[in-house]
Amino acid sequence: MTIKIAVIQFPGSNCDFDAVHVLNNVMNVDAELIWHNNFKEAHFDGCIIPGGFSFGDYLRAGIIAAHSPAIDEARVMLKDGRPIIGICNGFQILTEARFLPGALLRNESLKFICKWVNIKVENNKTAFTNRIEKDSVLSIPIAHAEGRYFTDNLNELEDNDQIVVKYTNKRGEISEESNPNGSLENIAGVCNLEKNCIGLMPHPERASESILSPKGTTHGKLFFESMIEFIKKRGF
Amino acid sequence: MSKDENWIVEIVLENKPAARDPVGTVIQKDLLAKKGYEMVSNVRSGQYLRIYLTANDANDARIIIDKMCNELRIFNPVTQNLTILNVFKT
Repeated sequence: MTIKIAVIQFPGSNCDFDAVHVLNNVMNVDAELIWHNNFKEAHFDGCIIPGGFSFGDYLRAGIIAAHSPAIDEARVMLKDGRPIIGICNGFQILTEARFLPGALLRNESLKFICKWVNIKVENNKTAFTNRIEKDSVLSIPIAHAEGRYFTDNLNELEDNDQIVVKYTNKRGEISEESNPNGSLENIAGVCNLEKNCIGLMPHPERASESILSPKGTTHGKLFFESMIEFIKKRGF
Repeated sequence: MSKDENWIVEIVLENKPAARDPVGTVIQKDLLAKKGYEMVSNVRSGQYLRIYLTANDANDARIIIDKMCNELRIFNPVTQNLTILNVFKT
């Protein structure tokens, strides 16, 4: 049996093809790009909500897509324990759909930021980080205008181990200088209580092949390796 | 007797005081204060929506909009407050 992963495409998605490419050609699983109106959860072992500007970011980044039938389908997967990752705009969609806690606000600098950053793995017991050592520092790009993570319930997030990755310097130290967008506590990614759903502002699909990385690293691949491992373990 | 009438409801969405508002800060610090309006101590930015609907009366219009905004998360309760500014007949 082949592992089947859906990459859901909304009007305005981007890096959707990159995610499909990495899964099909780097990870060697069966990934399919699915237009949001045609997505049926029953056919898939996991799903990826890619980045971009779904529905033009109108009203608020992610809010229109959060009400789409595709997200209702994904909610079935969520409850069933299958892995779901929201990348960048996908992260915004998953917070608006309340799969994940908190919200993503406009970058403190008010600028669109596109650069390679370092992130440290805070929790390696999620569906997308189980193949990464805790406290590893990963090199990965960000590209967003609304990535400032905010929650009014930070204690709960910490108590429940829901912070997955934080922005750091290359030595893994958390500082204001290593915080690209003003995120609370340098948070770059969080997960749900059950740890099968995560949201990341950084783009792992852009950091999965050495030819695309300024340092020749492939750290993004680790998130997809973890996803595949998680699917195998739960017995797809 | 009540009947369906055309109403307009104006709403404003703005960040909660605990969430920083860099847009408002830039307007205040980098424009107003530099151009002699030091008496302006704070600016908060937001989003304004004018919603056209049919309702029985002003109160009915208000109830519909309040329910709609909460149900569909027109404002994000984690970060934003919603204010109904005006309700008036067209």
